[in-house]
Amino acid sequence: MNFDYTDEQNALRDSLSKWATQQYDFDKRKAALADENAWKKNWATFAELGLLAAPLPEAFGGLGGGPIDVAVVAEEFGKALVVEPYVPTVVLGGGALAYAGSAAQKDQHLNAIASGERVIAFAQAEPKSRWSLNDVSTTAKKDGAGYVLNGQKSVVLGGPQADHLLVSARTAGGQRDAKGISLFLVPTNAKGVTRRDYPTMDDTRASEVYFENVSVGADALIGAADGALPIIERIIDEANTAYCHEAVGCMRMMTSSTQEYAKQRKQFGRAIAEFQVIQHRLVDMFMATEESVSMALRATIKLSESDAERAKAVAGAKVAIGKQGRFVGQNAVQVHGGMGVTDEMRVGHYFKRVTMIDSTFGNVDYHLKRYIALEQKAAA
Amino acid sequence: MDLEFSPEDIAFRNEVRAFIEANYPPHLKGRVLREDLSKEDFLAWHQILGKKGWSAPAWPKEYGGTGWTATQRYIWLEENARAETIPPLPFGVSMVGPVIYTFGTPAQKERFLPGILKGEVWWAQGYSEPGAGSDLASLKTKAVREGDFYIVNGQKTWTTLGQYADWGFFLVRTDPNAKPQEGISFLLIDMKSPGVSVRPIKLLDGGYEVNDVFLQDVKVPVDQRIYEENKGWTCAKFLLAHERAGIAGVARSKRNVERLKSIARSEIGDEGKPLIEDEDFQRKLAELEIDLSALEMTELRVLAREHAGKGPGPESSLLKIKGTEIQQRLTELTLEAVGNYAQPYVRDLPGGNEFAIGPDYARAAAPVYFNWRKASIYGGSNEIQRNIIAKMVLGL
Repeated sequence: MNFDYTDEQNALRDSLSKWATQQYDFDKRKAALADENAWKKNWATFAELGLLAAPLPEAFGGLGGGPIDVAVVAEEFGKALVVEPYVPTVVLGGGALAYAGSAAQKDQHLNAIASGERVIAFAQAEPKSRWSLNDVSTTAKKDGAGYVLNGQKSVVLGGPQADHLLVSARTAGGQRDAKGISLFLVPTNAKGVTRRDYPTMDDTRASEVYFENVSVGADALIGAADGALPIIERIIDEANTAYCHEAVGCMRMMTSSTQEYAKQRKQFGRAIAEFQVIQHRLVDMFMATEESVSMALRATIKLSESDAERAKAVAGAKVAIGKQGRFVGQNAVQVHGGMGVTDEMRVGHYFKRVTMIDSTFGNVDYHLKRYIALEQKAAA
Repeated sequence: MDLEFSPEDIAFRNEVRAFIEANYPPHLKGRVLREDLSKEDFLAWHQILGKKGWSAPAWPKEYGGTGWTATQRYIWLEENARAETIPPLPFGVSMVGPVIYTFGTPAQKERFLPGILKGEVWWAQGYSEPGAGSDLASLKTKAVREGDFYIVNGQKTWTTLGQYADWGFFLVRTDPNAKPQEGISFLLIDMKSPGVSVRPIKLLDGGYEVNDVFLQDVKVPVDQRIYEENKGWTCAKFLLAHERAGIAGVARSKRNVERLKSIARSEIGDEGKPLIEDEDFQRKLAELEIDLSALEMTELRVLAREHAGKGPGPESSLLKIKGTEIQQRLTELTLEAVGNYAQPYVRDLPGGNEFAIGPDYARAAAPVYFNWRKASIYGGSNEIQRNIIAKMVLGL
């Protein structure tokens, strides 16, 4: 057993943390949010620092790292409240290509992701699908050698920045069938693709994406036709694990800044940190954060195990971190009092981020059900 | 003892329902507080009720109250929640009004109460300060007497909707040498007075509903002080107890439970069936409803005592804690109900958009959830309310 990070991973964290302190502080971040193109400069820096290449295979421009590298990046991103679409591009897009792409597709796209020239968003959820990965109404009909796509995708994170969309679409079967789902990589400027872009509650950007008779060639298909669900489950588990680490970064910042605030804030002639009710709250926040760190790491380590083991560990982490993140977030705001509810303090932004992470790719209830179902399946 | 409405109560309910139906401004139907309302929107229903003589049911009849029984007042709130009216703001009717008719001089009552009843004067609360939140008595804004005036200097904060206010009621320190609670006075200040400035504060949900209020050498006539000099804490405590009593928001929470149910009927749950049929959701909803029943029954018991001549006491802290916890759970469950459509942040109103982003009801779910974290902080944080119960009710 070994919980140590490698020297490379420590170096990655340090360089990222240094960059965030210098280039991504609260005011700079705020200014960047007002500028639709500001992310490009940050993206170029991510490429320079090797963040985009970190988990990708060495044969295609990557550094050959793995989920632990992603975890390091995600936690630092959580601490700095980074809004650029790292997980959609590297974990979801890069993952789909690495696991299911042909050599030609990998060569074309993974190199471009690693160098910062390719940004991908995963057009997966639909207006009525909620979080079910198998609930796919968007269709891809065979048309000669290629396909024609029709349908609507909702809350596509990173959609506004993306140059390519990874799209789940039904090539066979009924709306909720596990089989008959395929993945396509479609340029966002393809004819018939329209987007409505918007900011999210936590300052990232997303799109509603509409496909109207969008023709793609056979080379747009990633992996085998009709058989994409296991790939989708895998990359979403990996994305959720990264988001869990991001939430952990947010939680660490909320617990530490709340402790600091409670030591400084005086009411009734003393620091509120001297009141036992506040002390116990801070202790509970600390414990919740530590348990979340553990669950995120556990999920990361188990990503390489069997599908069932991986899925259970990720579902468990999403449940734990969804609950603990809510607890830490609500209490961080509560202890900050009125200041906690303002846009002017970081604490509220972390709270918003952990809340939105919970509603990304399945909330607590969703993953609790999933965990139970996996458990029952294993017992049967 | 029973919970039945009498035939008179039912007749009253029908009358009230018909009145709301006939008189509530059509353009405000379906609008909710969350949306950006104009000053006129906020005041419209209040002003209609003012003409009818129904804007302040809780007030004694001699000052413009309705003389309704506790049951009738309950029905009134229920019917307004049912119709989702935009209720009169609490700052005048529920806060400063009762202070004025209880502690004010006849001249002050004559001067200020009609504007509150009619909804013509918008009041704001000047209580909290950057260094004085839960510990309100540590407030530092000072008022120095100069002839027939006080000269007021200091800063207030968290003044809800103060950007629209015509008048404000302020706690100020008039005796810097007395014990914290003993040197405070209660002043009414015209917000147009030279030296008053208001700065809106942006909140987590992206909206602007609270403000900093800066007071710099503001001249306030002495006849705008309510009650005796240095006795303002009496008014302050009286007002806070009134504020807490109304803060439970039972009728509105009941309405929001119905709203949530209707969302859950529209939303498809994780297994392809309506969310309302999802067992996890059902359980949470049921627990919420049960807790809300307990709160409602408790509030009715408190109201009955109040009607028997005992004003709201420290028990109102219970209503504040439980009421706000339920409000927050409701916002949390609504957030869960809308799934990933909680994420888009779209402030503009529907209608003008060619593409809608998710269902209409999803739009406010996250902003309201974040915004309502304020409820366990304002009106005296829930931690402070527990201290009050421990000390004043349990005698610990």
